[in-house]
Amino acid sequence: MNNSKMQQLLSQGKFLVTGEIGPPKHANPERIIKHATELKDYVDAINLTDNQTAVVRLSSIAASVHVLQAGVEPIMQMTVRDRNRIALQSDLLGAYSLGIRNVLCLSGDHQSFGNHPMAKNVHDVDSIQLIQIVKNLRDKKIFSCGEELKGQEPRFFIGAAANPFADPFEFRVLRLEKKINAGADFIQTQVVFDMERFEQFMAMVRKRGLHKEAYIIAGVMPLKSARAAKFMQQSVAGITVPEDIIKRMERADDPKQEGIAICVEQIKHLQKIEGVAGVHIMAVMWEDIIPTIVKEAGLHNR
Amino acid sequence: MIVAESKPLTEVANLIDNAKKVLIVGCSGCVTVCMSGGQKEVGILASKLRLLRKKEGNPLETVEVTLTRQCDPEYVETLKKYVTDDIDVIISMACGVGVQFLAERYNKWVVPGLNTKFAGGTTEHGVWEERCGLCGECILYKTGGICPIIRCSKSLLNGPCGGSQEGKCEINSEIPCAWQLIYDRMQALGRLDLLMEIQPPKDWSKSRDGGLRKVVREDVKLDE
Ligand code: SF4
Ligand code: SF4
Repeated sequence: MNNSKMQQLLSQGKFLVTGEIGPPKHANPERIIKHATELKDYVDAINLTDNQTAVVRLSSIAASVHVLQAGVEPIMQMTVRDRNRIALQSDLLGAYSLGIRNVLCLSGDHQSFGNHPMAKNVHDVDSIQLIQIVKNLRDKKIFSCGEELKGQEPRFFIGAAANPFADPFEFRVLRLEKKINAGADFIQTQVVFDMERFEQFMAMVRKRGLHKEAYIIAGVMPLKSARAAKFMQQSVAGITVPEDIIKRMERADDPKQEGIAICVEQIKHLQKIEGVAGVHIMAVMWEDIIPTIVKEAGLHNR
Repeated sequence: MIVAESKPLTEVANLIDNAKKVLIVGCSGCVTVCMSGGQKEVGILASKLRLLRKKEGNPLETVEVTLTRQCDPEYVETLKKYVTDDIDVIISMACGVGVQFLAERYNKWVVPGLNTKFAGGTTEHGVWEERCGLCGECILYKTGGICPIIRCSKSLLNGPCGGSQEGKCEINSEIPCAWQLIYDRMQALGRLDLLMEIQPPKDWSKSRDGGLRKVVREDVKLDE
């Protein structure tokens, strides 16, 4: 069984670039395949979100398979919101059998944000427990209940999220450490706009030596307009956008161009921070801009 | 206590359909304390229903009784003399437990007059808040006395999700983030180290999903 390519690249010290595709709210995979094909030469792997913002979408497993078939390595996102430990483990086995090698373990946005706010959430296990489950399946060949897994075990490269911009700030690094202790191999952070706070966070990460125990991939997002920037600042839980970025977007003659420029500057800045192993470009609904950003950031043909 | 609130009047009116005579049963336990199903509320519901029916030209007769506790067969038994043949419907104004105890004992159509909300307490006059999710295996000793099962919107056991901001839960700025509260308290008590332990998946078999749960105490059981 071949392993995660993303893991190989990271272990070789390559500065990683990952992208993200939000699967559609219907059963036609064309758009996923189109985006994956467009991004193929620009990113090392692509995240496939799992019913993000609790809106029903084509499943992240199926979307990952489409991306794989288009020749790109998928990072399957998996939230604990909708599945209990039975379904999670079953889907992990299934996903591995389909060739998926990377999984990002998440809590998931609360169902009240989505299109089925009356749904019952599951939260049988939390994201840290899911990390542990994936690790135990891989390294100990045991199920969550302790029963031995006989036969091929799923050998996932295990990811977790970290949000340096949520509160309590001091606990954010400790929680990252907990995730790494539970078995996370790589970390993808929430979108970074507030570079100062991110630097502070990374200093704490380095102080605890965590950047040596897991690969930390920083999230970035190109802004399309000042309105989008303000929306992110005010309405999206766990994201902070500093005033100067909003001002820049407001003053720009061509906001889209400015958004790209800011994003490229941020990537260049992040590359210089010790302990940052790559960038994750989140441009959901604007996926086709990723090649431009990668080129302008000088990360094409690394 | 069990906190409950009244169902809307129109809903209760629909539940009793075309009944001519109803027995409205209150409870002096939790629902009296949270002012939803005690003697006073029984009286109010009865007069509102009668008035409504009078306006509709379909008068309703009500019998009002409030038991010490509806979750206790001993008191449920004392209702017997009021459950006469001409009673068409019994409205229980207790929590869901009381409704079921009445339905188990009497061969009548029993309907709930309240919506049973949660296990909680009063935080200020007129405000009740949930505190316990009745999970069957209390872990409050791990979290400084603040319940993450019910107070965290995602029942997280290993710390706050990425949506916690300025002390509030991601779902709504009215709801305090349970994990911010836990963090603050553990810090104040000098026990942050406890939060670094990875908590294993919870044993939900002790909670709901296994049919009704039962507690048997041999020491207090009466020998036959
Ligand atoms: S841990 Fe369980 S028993 Fe304890 S307060 Fe929370 S829900 Fe109730
Ligand atoms: S914000 Fe806090 S209370 Fe709300 S789901 Fe996240 S950790 Fe739980």
